[in-house]
Amino acid sequence: MALLELANIHTYYGNIHALKGISITVDKGEIVSLIGSNGAGKSTTLKTISGVLHPKEGTITLEGRRIDHAPAHEIVAMGICQAPEGRRIFPRLTTVENLEMGAFHRSDKAGVQEDMERVFGLFPRLKERRTQQGGTLSGGEQQMLAIGRALMSRPRILLLDEPSMGLSPVLVETIFQIIQDIHAQGTPILLVEQNALMALQVASRGYVLQTGRIVLHDTATHLAENEMVRKAYLGES
Amino acid sequence: MTQSELFIQLLINGVTLGSYLALIALGYTMVYGIIELINFAHGDVYMLGFMISLTFLGFLGVRGTLGGWQLWVVIFGVMLVTMLCTGLINMTIDRIAYKPLRRAPRLAPLITAVGMSFMLENLGMIWKGPSQILYPDIFPAFDIPNGLFGLNTMVLFTTKDVFLMGVTIPLMVVLTLFIRRTKMGKAMRATAQDREAAALMGINVENVIRTTFFIGGALAGAAGMMVGLYLNTGRYLMGFDAGLLAFTSAVLGGIGNVTGAMLGGYVIGFLNAISDQYLSPEWTRAIVFTTLILVLVFKPSGLLGERTPEKS
Ligand SMILES: Nc1ncnc2c1ncn2[C@@H]1O[C@H](COP(=O)(O)OP(=O)(O)O)[C@@H](O)[C@H]1O
Ligand SMILES: [Mg+2]
Repeated sequence: MALLELANIHTYYGNIHALKGISITVDKGEIVSLIGSNGAGKSTTLKTISGVLHPKEGTITLEGRRIDHAPAHEIVAMGICQAPEGRRIFPRLTTVENLEMGAFHRSDKAGVQEDMERVFGLFPRLKERRTQQGGTLSGGEQQMLAIGRALMSRPRILLLDEPSMGLSPVLVETIFQIIQDIHAQGTPILLVEQNALMALQVASRGYVLQTGRIVLHDTATHLAENEMVRKAYLGES
Repeated sequence: MTQSELFIQLLINGVTLGSYLALIALGYTMVYGIIELINFAHGDVYMLGFMISLTFLGFLGVRGTLGGWQLWVVIFGVMLVTMLCTGLINMTIDRIAYKPLRRAPRLAPLITAVGMSFMLENLGMIWKGPSQILYPDIFPAFDIPNGLFGLNTMVLFTTKDVFLMGVTIPLMVVLTLFIRRTKMGKAMRATAQDREAAALMGINVENVIRTTFFIGGALAGAAGMMVGLYLNTGRYLMGFDAGLLAFTSAVLGGIGNVTGAMLGGYVIGFLNAISDQYLSPEWTRAIVFTTLILVLVFKPSGLLGERTPEKS
């Protein structure tokens, strides 16, 4: 049984049919990439998993248990948390308070403290900025905070929505290194990216999304060699 | 009165009026901060606080001034129950009038709030009648400068003023600590800053909204009772007047900002006192709103407002 499974998901914004029957699985121990150009439906997919949107058709299961009707806050408690597109950190909360919000549903104070140290271990920069307001952090630090905040929920699967967006090449390298570290520490990841090159380097499998449909699904190595992927997403002509 | 006595009197009047305006303004600003709704019915919840506490005092058979332990037990007992009632009422208002419209365009809940305000005012009128109501003078008014210090002054400053400040100011301190320090307080701030992100972090946003309405209603209820004890009179429309000033305070301070609401309350309190004393009460509203307009012209987000207009 897959850890996370989306089966034939249809999601709408009013009359707009944004996801047209998407099926995706993520297994324990995996990094899975979801790539696609702007407007393909990547963020919609993550929002549907997180319960901010609910599918009109299809099922989402976490270890076999249906979660597609649960509200967003319960889904976090079940073990799925995301670092959303554009970071969406709380600008007038401090770094530490932002991290505490990630652990909102938890009552094990000792465990939360432990995880905060773990996050500070992954992102030493955040430790230096612990009492600074989120809105005053640099773009890269905000992205680290968004990922750290999601980790504070101790997720069984982590969703990342374009973590490299708007960052300098050096910072992109750093973020991707940390994504691999998080994975190596045992957290499976569903990684949404427009930066297909980087995404396919760290993932074991990948899906290509186009206007609400999965058009390709393969191992990351095969996708990186695929003619169409190279043309459309890796900037080759 | 000499000039300096006038000035001291003005300070006292400003602080007392400012204290309860601030308490009401908090309810406007907290609700606005979280769901971007101007809860026009909020002033009327304050009126209900007045009437509910009056009713409980009636149950207890309290008519005149009390003393000793009786005074404190009655006052704080009735205040606690009143705050609980108005908190629950405010939560219920949200549940039946605003929650069904959570995803509707902003105008819909706004108009509903105006309607809710009319309903509560009419409820107050049917319940206690249309004329001015007397509120028992429970709290002893002891002239402090003359009686305690033997000063021969015209300044009116009694134990009632001390009591009003001694209740409202600690309530604001407790609220501030709650919002700064507790998990729920932080969740309220997070929700106000980005509701969807808050939900994505596992915060039950509806629960936060309910809590916000409860706290705002409880504070308004406390203010209603304090005003009853202080002025010993009120009326079903008292929520409209106080609500208008309190709402103005919230906007002046920067709507959505808790510290701003308290600051705004005191600024408006002082403006009222100054205008009442040096001009005349007929001018007071004009002065208050002129100040509001001037502040908003130079700082559209209010004195402490930091909300950017393009927030989605
Ligand atoms: N709030 C919304 N209301 C209406 N349409 C939306 C909304 N958000 C996204 N869409 C539409 O859904 C489609 C998928 O968007 P999105 O999931 O954000 O794409 P991606 O993340 O892949 O760039 C796009 O056509 C977009 O215009
Ligand atoms: Mg997107």
